[in-house]
Amino acid sequence: MGTQFTLNGQPVAADAPPTALLVNVLRDTLGQTGTHIGCDTSQCGACNVLLDDVPVKSCTLLLAQVANRSVTTIEGLAEGDRLHPMQEAFRQEHGLQCGFCTPGMVMAGIGIANRHGGEVDEETVAHELEGNLCRCTGYVNIVKAIRAGAAAMDGAAREAAE
Amino acid sequence: MSYERPGTLDDAVRLSGTGEDAAYLAGGHTLIPAMKARLRDPDLLIDLADLDELKGLVTDGERLWIGALTTHAEVSQTAGAIPALQQLASLIGDPQVRVRGTLGGSLANNDPAADYPAAVLALDAVIETDRGSHAADDFFQGMFFTALEEGELIRRVGFRIPKRAAYAKFRHPASRYALAGVFVAEFEDGVRVAVTGAGGDGVFRWTAAEEALAAGTDPASIGAPDVGDMSSDIHAGPEYRAHLCTVMLKQAVGGLS
Repeated sequence: MGTQFTLNGQPVAADAPPTALLVNVLRDTLGQTGTHIGCDTSQCGACNVLLDDVPVKSCTLLLAQVANRSVTTIEGLAEGDRLHPMQEAFRQEHGLQCGFCTPGMVMAGIGIANRHGGEVDEETVAHELEGNLCRCTGYVNIVKAIRAGAAAMDGAAREAAE
Repeated sequence: MSYERPGTLDDAVRLSGTGEDAAYLAGGHTLIPAMKARLRDPDLLIDLADLDELKGLVTDGERLWIGALTTHAEVSQTAGAIPALQQLASLIGDPQVRVRGTLGGSLANNDPAADYPAAVLALDAVIETDRGSHAADDFFQGMFFTALEEGELIRRVGFRIPKRAAYAKFRHPASRYALAGVFVAEFEDGVRVAVTGAGGDGVFRWTAAEEALAAGTDPASIGAPDVGDMSSDIHAGPEYRAHLCTVMLKQAVGGLS
């Protein structure tokens, strides 16, 4: 009987020590390798996942700390073939090159959209991306993608409310 | 390594006596990186996550009291009684750090480049624990050392509400820790100035700057602290850190509100 939590909407019981790092449990125990490990120092943000809809570093959380809570990884964002609006915006705006940092960037972007809404400005996005490192893009298209994704998430939320 | 998640503060403190090297786990954003780097290897982790009594903010007129488990994100949004403290909290780490990291964790660790120690010292705070209280001036005892006894757990921190205050920080661009951070607080009975990131023994009160500001000296003409008292590492030498203190002091005084 492992630690129970909800992963991408499904209940799971992870058979790993309670003090294992969440990122290792996701990747090695549960086979969800979309969440990446980019550094060993809690600085790069490649491992960001949503914990109860808030982006957190899965390399700096223990499995026991997510017991009975809800974790969403990059694998859990799309609905079938339909990408999440933030994923779609990264595709449209070419917000990636090698793609290694992208799962964490998308999660950080969702957090920015949730905190600041659909009209978030460039400066705010840049400031709030300080916990995500990208070694390819120079960030310009990532910032564009997050602004477009935030606007699309806002639009989708309004549509859903109507 | 074993893991416990007590439901009460008393149980947490009792558990801390049962391990060879027990560690309290608050936000974990210093402890877990330190464990990953093999700098810490506790045999017992005591997760404080369920201790709701250690969360939240309350004002009693003279002081703003913040629970030890309150996150940086919450302080940045809700510590309106002291805007400089809100601003300081919004500059810690990054958004993902701020939703997990806590006030109590930062203080108990006393990293020489952490932000909160500067606010605690400049705002003449009181640190309440499970067994008593500490004045800020006695709490910090050199980098990574505090007045906390083995197993002593911070409950809450009472910041004196100043007339005006400001924090200015020169951040290391990768870690976001302070290379030099200066917190200036004005009270009816004087000015307090605390510096983090730069001192060889961790956070310190810059008394020469306090006296100069109280005497009405132009902050631009206040001299740097003694180079011999500065820290030095691969990121910055002591002369540069001493100079940064003067620049951050000017910025902080210019931003007082």
